[in-house]
Amino acid sequence: MIHSAADIPVWAAIAVAFFLLVGSGLALIGAIGFLRLPTFYERIHAPTLGTSWGIGGVMLASMIFFTVSSGRLVFHEILIGIFVTVTTPITFMMLARAALHRDRAEGNGNVPDKQNKSQVAQDVLGVNEPGNG
Amino acid sequence: MLPYPLLTLSLVLMWLLLNGFTPGHLVLGILVAVFASWAMASLRPDKPRLAKWYLLPKLFGIVLYDIVRSNIAVALIILKIGRRSHNPGFLTVELDVENHLAIAVLAVVVTSTPGSAWLEYDSNDRTVLLHVLDLDNEAEWRNTIKNRYEKLLMEIFA
Repeated sequence: MIHSAADIPVWAAIAVAFFLLVGSGLALIGAIGFLRLPTFYERIHAPTLGTSWGIGGVMLASMIFFTVSSGRLVFHEILIGIFVTVTTPITFMMLARAALHRDRAEGNGNVPDKQNKSQVAQDVLGVNEPGNG
Repeated sequence: MLPYPLLTLSLVLMWLLLNGFTPGHLVLGILVAVFASWAMASLRPDKPRLAKWYLLPKLFGIVLYDIVRSNIAVALIILKIGRRSHNPGFLTVELDVENHLAIAVLAVVVTSTPGSAWLEYDSNDRTVLLHVLDLDNEAEWRNTIKNRYEKLLMEIFA
């Protein structure tokens, strides 16, 4: 079934346009930040704009548009939101830990050193932990 | 018969959302969900114990509100609208929560809030390393993680 965008009432059109603009605007700002922020650890924050309210806004717009234009409740887009939210941290953690590992091994930047931290914990708590890793 | 009732229910709901609600799809969805949860049972994951499940909507509301706020904050930082430049930094937080599922939920919450990223969790000393885009007030960030999220999570997954 083809839905014509001109057939939906004005209030729905305004809501759809609003959420689409907010969502895609945030995704755009995220992309700009991804390009402009200076360090890797700062850049990792920028795309979360797109994966949180970026996807949320587009999702809401899609739900409103298809619910109004087809006359029945359409909300399976929520699954996209759920899966994007649940899977993003996995990618981020892998990227961040790879970067941390490289920075620690090469000793560049001021990344917190895991080895030292564990050593401190050992000294303070008297914990005898097995080798790191 | 049903080792993971919540998983089975979510799978049925997902099947119906994707395929539309018809009696045929209800039957097919239930079949798929039951077999999938049997497959899950053979992996023997920890069974989550939800002590106060009714607090979940509260957590959801808080997180949704925080995501909106931090979205605006990070967007302003990127567009350089703020009065001062931001101050990125690492932050180590000691966690009291031990339940694996609760830690996973906390990781999702922290990561989906723009401006803070969950880098690595150390199960030896139970600390987590975070990176914060605007580490203006370290105590406030620590307070947010510990009191706003962790306390609630520990109540939910008691």
